[in-house]
Amino acid sequence: MNILEVEQLSIWDQHSGKALVHDSSFQLRKGSCLAIVGESGSGKSLTCRALTRLNPKSLAQSGKIVFKGIDLTTLSEAEIRQKRGKEIAMIMQNGMSAFDPSCVVGVHFRETLGQHLGWKRRVADDHMIKAMERVMLQKPVELLRKYPHELSGGMLQRMMIALAIVLEPDLIIADEPTTALDTISQYEVIQQFLLLRQTIGSSMIFVSHDLGVVRQIADEVLIMRSGEIVERGTTHHIFTNAQHEYTRYLMATRATLSDHFRQLMEGS
Amino acid sequence: MLQIENITKSYHNGIIGWKKKHQVLHGVSFACEAGESLGIIGESGSGKSTLVRMILGIERPDQGQIFLHGKSVEYRSTRRGQISAVFQDYTSSINPFFTVERAIMESVHLRTNIDSNSIYVLDSLLEQVGLNASFKKRYPHELSGGEAQRVCIARAIACRPQYLILDEAISSLDVSIQVQVLQLLKELKNIYNMGYVFITHDIQAAAYICDRIIIFRQGQIEEIINTDQLSQVQSDYGRTLLATSIVL
Repeated sequence: MNILEVEQLSIWDQHSGKALVHDSSFQLRKGSCLAIVGESGSGKSLTCRALTRLNPKSLAQSGKIVFKGIDLTTLSEAEIRQKRGKEIAMIMQNGMSAFDPSCVVGVHFRETLGQHLGWKRRVADDHMIKAMERVMLQKPVELLRKYPHELSGGMLQRMMIALAIVLEPDLIIADEPTTALDTISQYEVIQQFLLLRQTIGSSMIFVSHDLGVVRQIADEVLIMRSGEIVERGTTHHIFTNAQHEYTRYLMATRATLSDHFRQLMEGS
Repeated sequence: MLQIENITKSYHNGIIGWKKKHQVLHGVSFACEAGESLGIIGESGSGKSTLVRMILGIERPDQGQIFLHGKSVEYRSTRRGQISAVFQDYTSSINPFFTVERAIMESVHLRTNIDSNSIYVLDSLLEQVGLNASFKKRYPHELSGGEAQRVCIARAIACRPQYLILDEAISSLDVSIQVQVLQLLKELKNIYNMGYVFITHDIQAAAYICDRIIIFRQGQIEEIINTDQLSQVQSDYGRTLLATSIVL
């Protein structure tokens, strides 16, 4: 069963009339993970933000976005606000700008959980602490009293995943969640995403420019280039039998680094 | 030779009157030979960028000294035209009011022996970094990330430095563009025989371009290892780093 069906989504700039994403259609099955891969400027993030209608007003969009049988494009602003967070959670690239810098992270969590689930402070804290322990964050009680600038990028990213665990959304949209992190944190965050899928079984859209990361997590892959989907298929198919020239180019560049590294490691 | 001798640095944290001392670097020493490419790998917050700022003379160490050919880098005359840098954030490292031509020529004019035909210099520089003459009149906002980073590299090599400091120079680029920039750096090294100090958190990129790798953690050097012996890393942290990189 498809949880999300996107039909002929187009996004264009209202001032210049320039098309940024043309006629992209895709489906996401319940409980599966779809990766959108492409270089910067290929329209990956625009597509993701269009799903929750978070693009700036200067960008117009057309097409149908059916989420659990409801067309999101027909909802009012108040109705879509209810969907964001509770049903469709977004995990952004930069943890530092996703949290309010003027208050401790605990305030952000209590506000979000209070709004969506109507929880009081103590209940919200209890749930958050349990979820933070699950994503391997040490001393969660102290962390709730910290400001975003006191925490590292990897920690903030795991905080957002912890919040997603508590909210149990049906769909998680992760927009380059590992790009700003160093290698070890990148690995840990990927492990947390895998855990997240196991525990709450939600569907996921995972955006990345790094095929190495995608291979770990995705069931299906869409390759985007200048606003168009050039190839789609299962992860296995894309990695073993890519047809489009651009997909092969992406794979070859990635392989330049990883093959050299493997040779070094095996060479001894 | 670039010598870093027993550098320590600490910053003060917190509100005025409640200052806490936070030590970032604890006695770091290493040397980079002329023409060598040296990688420094470490997690975010390990003090890599602080180290770069000291090599460039932007900040002073609390203790210890940094020498280039036996002279301290504290003096501008030692650094000028000898050490260049390329930073992570390409958007903020080019003046937005400058065209590509002006950004690069600013560095060319700093050279002591300016070529008589500087237009030729610009063209050849652009060509070397894989751009063409049509880029001359463009402004930074008209460039993609990879192009902007190439302009930064052209500007850095314009004064023919002996050392190029690359502070996470490829981290904010796409993987495909990262490889292109790394290949460019390899080619340039063959032409100019520059020494690289390549700072990154990506061990695969470092292994691709560096002769020696320093594993850096919490302001200290854990281990210095030749790239071809990378699989024989001794430290626990180094092993974790390798294990996670192989998976990705």
